[in-house]
Amino acid sequence: MQLSGWGNYPKIKAKVHRFATAEDLQSLLECNGEYIVRGLGRSYGDSSLASHVISTDNFNRILSFDENKGVVCCQAGIQLKEILNVFIPRGWFLPVTPGTKFITIGGAIASDVHGKNHHVDGSFSRHLLEMTVMLGDGRVIKCSPGLEKDLFWATCGGMGLTGVILTATFRLIRIETAYIHQETLKARNLEHVMELFEASNEWTYSVAWIDCRSRGKNLGRSLLMRGEHVTSAGLNEVSSSRSSLKIPVNRCLSVPFDCPEFLMNQYTIKAFNMLYYQRIRNSIESSAVDYNQFFYPLDSVHHWNRIYGKRGFIQYQFVLPRSTSEAGMQRILQEIAKSGLGSFLAVLKLFGPQEESILSFPEPGYTLGLDFPFKPEVIQLFNKLDYLVLHYGGKLYLTKDACMSSYMFKNSYQDNQKFSSLKWRFDISGKFQSIQSKRLEI
Amino acid sequence: MQTILILGANSDIAKALAHEYAEHGYHLCLAVRNSERLDEDVHDLKIRYQVEVQSLEFDAEDYASHEDFYHKLSPKPHGVIWAIGYLGDQQQAQVDFEHAEMIVRANYLGAISILNIVANDLESRKSGFIVGISSVAGDRGRQSNYIYGSAKAGLTAYLAGLRNRLYSSNVHVLTVKPGYVYTKMSSHLNLPPKLTAQPADVAKDIFQAQQKLKNILYTKWYWNFIMMIVKLIPEGIFKKLSL
Repeated sequence: MQLSGWGNYPKIKAKVHRFATAEDLQSLLECNGEYIVRGLGRSYGDSSLASHVISTDNFNRILSFDENKGVVCCQAGIQLKEILNVFIPRGWFLPVTPGTKFITIGGAIASDVHGKNHHVDGSFSRHLLEMTVMLGDGRVIKCSPGLEKDLFWATCGGMGLTGVILTATFRLIRIETAYIHQETLKARNLEHVMELFEASNEWTYSVAWIDCRSRGKNLGRSLLMRGEHVTSAGLNEVSSSRSSLKIPVNRCLSVPFDCPEFLMNQYTIKAFNMLYYQRIRNSIESSAVDYNQFFYPLDSVHHWNRIYGKRGFIQYQFVLPRSTSEAGMQRILQEIAKSGLGSFLAVLKLFGPQEESILSFPEPGYTLGLDFPFKPEVIQLFNKLDYLVLHYGGKLYLTKDACMSSYMFKNSYQDNQKFSSLKWRFDISGKFQSIQSKRLEI
Repeated sequence: MQTILILGANSDIAKALAHEYAEHGYHLCLAVRNSERLDEDVHDLKIRYQVEVQSLEFDAEDYASHEDFYHKLSPKPHGVIWAIGYLGDQQQAQVDFEHAEMIVRANYLGAISILNIVANDLESRKSGFIVGISSVAGDRGRQSNYIYGSAKAGLTAYLAGLRNRLYSSNVHVLTVKPGYVYTKMSSHLNLPPKLTAQPADVAKDIFQAQQKLKNILYTKWYWNFIMMIVKLIPEGIFKKLSL
């Protein structure tokens, strides 16, 4: 069947295999061919694409839960949404979550996802106590930061190239309510928003939406959102009628088909950005919002990727080290604003320290991610941006990437050789390869 | 809370039904040929829904064991779902009677054997329900799967009779006729995506229909119309079609 990542570019023909037990998977792997595992297909580009795709859809059971410690063990195909639905009513929340709950735990590990709390809590792998991985020859290996740690740190952020993650054991965090106290701050420009990030270091969650169309003295004007979990006492102050761990069921919208490409033109995008920025009147606004509104605003519109039309879109997300962040971000934003190609939903975030996972994306510094409707000019722009990102010592997020060159990869991911040698040690026959891993010559 | 017995709990529709009923607070008793295969599902259901879940060995074709199997159940179920189905291979069944017999045993005779026992018990308790998963294939024989279809037709008629008999005892019987569903049973077939449902959607339909005391459920709903047309085609024309 035809398959693509969330960006709808590229599209390929692939055969999809499913398994419900480890034995099923074992016999599946006995066949020849190149495989890559896929969860919900929310990586944007080609990292979950190969001629044979192993879907974890049917491998999604919760195997154990320790009520006292909040430690859960589950199979890799379970969705974050399911975990939230089961455990929020019991007072537990994910330690780290990206901007969508429509991903699997296996995907969260393979991409070593980060959230709005990276500066305090790191990426997902920091909270992962143990996992089991099936290698290409069918062996199942248990690994953790203390046991088989080469496999562990290569698999965290390893894009599914070491083997198939079967089960994961990780820690949830305690919450008293399902609400987040949110403050929204207006930032005039890039310098200002970076100041606000530094000033928000004590907050558990922080992220900024940035208007990548504004130029000149407004370059980088943004809205910074920061948040904390609301305590039960805190919720009573806001409203006594709300039940603390239950939230109203959100009505979801859906984009039913691919929209015509002209919908996303420079005028609509500019207007959107303008309205979004002006929506906040004061320099600080605060409110209590439920976790879906705070963490997953886009999840309320199913298939939102279709607004970019048939050709799809590419997300460009890079990180720059702290030392070059300010100058580099300034320079790159100028380039994007000048091109007039960037769209809405550009997101800026300050990362904190990162674990030793070999291929993980986060590192201390600023990261910026933004969507581009797919067209030839965008590829030209990416070439320029790649050059700048390399120049400032940064790198691109593999989970978003669809067109980076292997040159770029090898010069930006410092430990790429270490990863390759481990990958080929665990996967001697080269069973696990994606279109992305071949493009990047991993 | 009441317990639901699911016969053939390893099928994809049955698994989806287990989630659906557990989500609504029912306890579960899952019967399968090899109960070890269900260990992980049992953990999963217990943790997710905080209900009681047990798995038991049950062989639909070992008729002699059925009395004993049902007798030992504790607690006795409030509702029983027959979810066993075996598609078999039509071509092989045409030339190999043993294979044809296997299809009939699994889809039809096994159901009669265990559901007779269930019906007698529910009738004496004057409450409860039976859900039988039959198939649209039982509505009209077609050359591509009439052995399976005839067994399902038998099951459909059996369930209709049970419904009639048990009505006065306050026991409700629901006949389910699923169309195309993405399951292990159909994984080798090339199904039209627009007409093929996910097991979870089918399970939601079944739960709703059972709660509302519907008699016959086509799922998804459009199979009502498809089968109406299929049944209306005159036999003189139907026999010439390659269906």
